[in-house]
Amino acid sequence: MATVATRERVSSDPGRAKPSKRPVGRWLSDHLVLLVGILVLVYIFVPIGYIFALSFNQPSGRSATAQFESFTWSNWTSICEPEGLCDSLQLSFEVSITATLLATLLGTLMAFALVRHSFRGRSTSNLVIFLPMATPEVVMGSSLLAMFVSVGLDSVLGFVTIVIAHVLFCLSFVVVTVKARLVGMDSRLEQAAMDLYANEWQTFRLVTLPLAMPGIVAAAMLSFSLSFDDFIVTNFTSGQSVTFPLYVYGSKLRDFPAQLFVVGTLMFLVSFVFVIAAELWRRRRSAIR
Amino acid sequence: MTAGSTTPPAPVGAVVDGGTARRRGWGWLLLVPGMLWLAVFFVFPTIQLFVTSLYDPSGSYEQGYAMTWHFANYLDAVKDTWNLFARSFAYAGIATVVCLLLGYPLAYAIAFKAGAWKYFMLVLVIAPFFTSFLLRTLSWRTILSDQGPVTDFFQTVGVLPDDGRLLATPVAVIAGLIYNFMPFMTLPLYASLDKVDYRLVEAAGDLYSSPFTGFRKVTFPLSLPGVVSGTLLTFIPACGDYINAELLGTPKQYMVGNRIQAAFLTEHNYPLAASLSLILMLVVVLMVVLYVRRAGTEDLI
Repeated sequence: MATVATRERVSSDPGRAKPSKRPVGRWLSDHLVLLVGILVLVYIFVPIGYIFALSFNQPSGRSATAQFESFTWSNWTSICEPEGLCDSLQLSFEVSITATLLATLLGTLMAFALVRHSFRGRSTSNLVIFLPMATPEVVMGSSLLAMFVSVGLDSVLGFVTIVIAHVLFCLSFVVVTVKARLVGMDSRLEQAAMDLYANEWQTFRLVTLPLAMPGIVAAAMLSFSLSFDDFIVTNFTSGQSVTFPLYVYGSKLRDFPAQLFVVGTLMFLVSFVFVIAAELWRRRRSAIR
Repeated sequence: MTAGSTTPPAPVGAVVDGGTARRRGWGWLLLVPGMLWLAVFFVFPTIQLFVTSLYDPSGSYEQGYAMTWHFANYLDAVKDTWNLFARSFAYAGIATVVCLLLGYPLAYAIAFKAGAWKYFMLVLVIAPFFTSFLLRTLSWRTILSDQGPVTDFFQTVGVLPDDGRLLATPVAVIAGLIYNFMPFMTLPLYASLDKVDYRLVEAAGDLYSSPFTGFRKVTFPLSLPGVVSGTLLTFIPACGDYINAELLGTPKQYMVGNRIQAAFLTEHNYPLAASLSLILMLVVVLMVVLYVRRAGTEDLI
């Protein structure tokens, strides 16, 4: 068997036959890529490990320093102790949830309009939707602040203005994500539903929406993480309000409470569990189907 | 499933797009709320930013500014900060290339080599980025610090001189950019690699192409949309970033974002800040348009 293969190869490509090198190349492409991938993953996890370790650190001074000094659980049981930390977390959750809901709703509607309907000004609309993504965050934040100040909104800078800004930069990402899903969708399924006497609303609710759902959920998760973690735009539009990223930034030079590392670790663990659970749920559903 | 979903979209989409008159009728209405949001909170502020950039620079935050169509603001801005612009684009460019070099093998491994671990690996890529990026950047600050393990290692190996540092150098700032924007590169790459029909790669192998040639002629061209959107999603935010320069660098490594931020929030020099912002935005949009043209994937946007 092996001899036949070798002979064939030699006869088909007599000049450059290198059968002895090929297995090596294949082994490399099989394992080297995976190895490099795993190394990159390790690199991604370096700061996470660091944050995890320091969440158990008992700092000697008031500020959580770089060195690990002694083990303690106390940071984990006193998350809300540093002044303002839990308030900032609460504000961040409120902002992100509101912004995510608004951006997902508006963006999904826009994606449907762009993929499913033809009208004049489509390419202009596409450009306007794309531009915010090509705008660096400093520019977006500064122009929003300039506008808020000029229309006299500077006295109410806070929750509302942060949400306005977050919806703005999430919107384009939602449109792009949902659009990608809608474009790949087989719309013959909807035609079939219509053929089977479903009216437009039933078709939408029972066929279109469930098919588009993975895209919508992905867009919402993306929005939430973009919004929750945003610093630059928020820094311009927040006024006196303090979201979690602003809190972290504010405490980087003053006393840096060790509880911040606990929150960091929790954010990682919760999202990890959440993403795994979502994936298991998706698998179960597709198994039932 | 795969065969069915790869071929029909274009004709089917065309049928729907050209659909009945009714679909034409209210279709654009879906666009209205979102477009209004963009018009009021993006287009309008950008126009206003342009107006602000032409104010008389001798005004002040307290006394207000006079509108004098002072186009010289742009010249002054460029004269004072062209080195910041150059540095920003250089840092962002290097970071984007390194992100691609690191992200591609990772995305490739997840798409083709991870087998049953595929989703688990994908989660491992995404989950760390739900942890506050400020906390992660501050962690790098300690990891790369003068007494930190990385600096020690490089000094022992001899890459760095004994008094050499990593923190407060361009290397640290670029490393921070690479780290923070990695998922923006990896996820689009994965999405387009995952769509590649692996049978095509196998076919290349069956036709005696070496694995490398197979990659160069089949896999890589098919993943190009992911490369384009990944590089854009990395390069654009990296250009405007100022956190990495601030936390991992010194004023010597400051990027144009630092200047805009300071001009707006601490100096209240709005004309300068506005002209810098607009120059940055214009240059980025111009680069993006040229790049997308060049890559020939305009339908991507």
